Amino acid sequence: MIWIVSWRNVWRNKLRSSVVIIAMSLGVFAGVFTMAFYRGMANQRLKSAIKTEVSHIQLHTPAFDKVNEIDNYMDSADVRLAYIRQQAGVVNASKRLIVNAIVNSAEKGSGIELMGVDPEKEAEVTDIKEKLIAGSYLEDLKRGKPIVIGEKLAEKLDLKTGSKIVVGILNVSGQPVYYQYRVGGIFKTVSTVFDESTAFIRYDDILQMTGLPEGSAHEIAIYMGDTQDSSPLANLLKKTYPGLDVKEWREIMPELGYLTETMDVYMYIFIIIILLALGFGIVNTMLMVILERIREIGMLMAVGMNKLRVFMMIMLETIFLSLTGGVLGIITGAWVSVIYSTRGIDLSGLYGKGFAALGYDSVIYTVIQPKMILGVSLLVILTGIAASVFPALKALRLNPAEAVRTDV
Amino acid sequence: MKIITVTNLHKFYQETEVEVKAVNGIDLSFEEGEFTAVVGPSGSGKTTLLNIIGGLDKPSSGEVIIDNVNINDLSSSRLIDFRMNNIGFVFQSYNLIPVLTAGENVEFIMHLQGRPKKERESRTRELLEAVGLGDRINSRPGKLSGGQQQRVAVARALASKPKFVLADEPTANLDSKSTENLLEIMEKLNREENISFIFSTHDARVVNKARRVIRVEDGKVISDETKELKK
Repeated sequence: MIWIVSWRNVWRNKLRSSVVIIAMSLGVFAGVFTMAFYRGMANQRLKSAIKTEVSHIQLHTPAFDKVNEIDNYMDSADVRLAYIRQQAGVVNASKRLIVNAIVNSAEKGSGIELMGVDPEKEAEVTDIKEKLIAGSYLEDLKRGKPIVIGEKLAEKLDLKTGSKIVVGILNVSGQPVYYQYRVGGIFKTVSTVFDESTAFIRYDDILQMTGLPEGSAHEIAIYMGDTQDSSPLANLLKKTYPGLDVKEWREIMPELGYLTETMDVYMYIFIIIILLALGFGIVNTMLMVILERIREIGMLMAVGMNKLRVFMMIMLETIFLSLTGGVLGIITGAWVSVIYSTRGIDLSGLYGKGFAALGYDSVIYTVIQPKMILGVSLLVILTGIAASVFPALKALRLNPAEAVRTDV
Repeated sequence: MKIITVTNLHKFYQETEVEVKAVNGIDLSFEEGEFTAVVGPSGSGKTTLLNIIGGLDKPSSGEVIIDNVNINDLSSSRLIDFRMNNIGFVFQSYNLIPVLTAGENVEFIMHLQGRPKKERESRTRELLEAVGLGDRINSRPGKLSGGQQQRVAVARALASKPKFVLADEPTANLDSKSTENLLEIMEKLNREENISFIFSTHDARVVNKARRVIRVEDGKVISDETKELKK
């Protein structure tokens, strides 16, 4: 019956309770939606970083990992690739030769990381092919060998598809060599840094440039689809290839791993601050409630309601008030987040360039997770309980004999 | 049978530099089935006396023994239980719970006592019928007149099957018709069910109905008369 009294008490002053409930639901809505927004942003960044830049697992020689030099390569890359492709969860794997290079257009030059890849396999490991905004992906050209560069580099060097470009490297003997290429394609990823500093040529072409033996590779990249859990395969490969360095995406770009974890922490701090502010509003409301009901509470104490029950009654009323607002906020927040999880929020007009510089997509698809809702729900309940303690204690201090005669 | 014995009761308040002697050496006893009015002008100490008898206030000295229990010796939590099970309260301003219906208000205290649902429901109906509000069981206090609310308060006070009912100026906010009606109901409950009532009042109509009238002034009993009412 105390539950009934508490619940009905919430609706005693409809206007006041509605104001508190609306404030609470707006606050929680903002919290849930912002969480879904940033979670979406982090997931997209993670996905695009894995798909475009790092892949799930990379294999190198230990020396290459320390010093990015041309002769730190592994041999029999094709045999290793055949083994890796047989493993569960692997979508595809690709071998790469990576050298530092200077690229020169007619007037300007720039330093880049040049990757020699097998176009067919690479297309299943990274999505550079899908990011092309002009030209083709390392297909044969009528005049010259193809190179695929990023949009930012193209802008910097005034290049377009078909433009001539000279690429210079130090070959395996340490001699500088220069080869002419033609821009076969221009890609644009979400990361302008990547677009400015990376270019792709065919594996056979880089073999010729570097003088490295057939089957050599500086890197083997493995893509495992949408999963973020690459540990089992990484552990297997560590055992199979004790002489190689096997690294997961988390180790290659530690900031990616931290991204989701820190994002969660920031979001919870954000929500806690919102709830703290709302909690004080609730405390204030409940103190007013008690002031108005001194006589009634006094009567309840006089006729035999013990302190625990009075405490419970006030506490339940506060929790009901908080929960009603909280649940409304969670439902609307989740609902709007679900809508924008497929529709996406286009921020390109506002911060598109800034986002791209940081490697983020400018269209954000919100992601709502059950654990997120559970976490926020728990925080709302905790806020209700915390906000109820002070008013409930205040009620307990009333003297029933005085309270029943108070004029309110 | 004696149900309440008050011995050498004192209650002093310190107000700034003046000590107020609200109750100043009262000895009284109440028998089962009494219909008693404690009368006196404002500030005479009658409400303080009732509050101490009801265990809502602690005396400065002296003792109150109800049914062989010295209520001053009870811890605050046991005192609350004691009040719930032994004393019924009727207040000047009704003090019903506005969000509960008349029936729920009466039932509430039985719920606190942990009585079974069936018993609660039948006793609620019985009590509301006894105060003439059987048809208003589902009405909230806001829909009832002052007199009706006070009758619900009487039914509520009786719900816990108390040894006696303390009513602090129960008719102060009522018009004469409602007062008459309320007094008749309480008198009937007293006569037919032997329920003891102790009122504090300065309403002459209540005093006229009372079988025992205790006059209090300056915290002392100045007269204590028992009369036989004409029936």
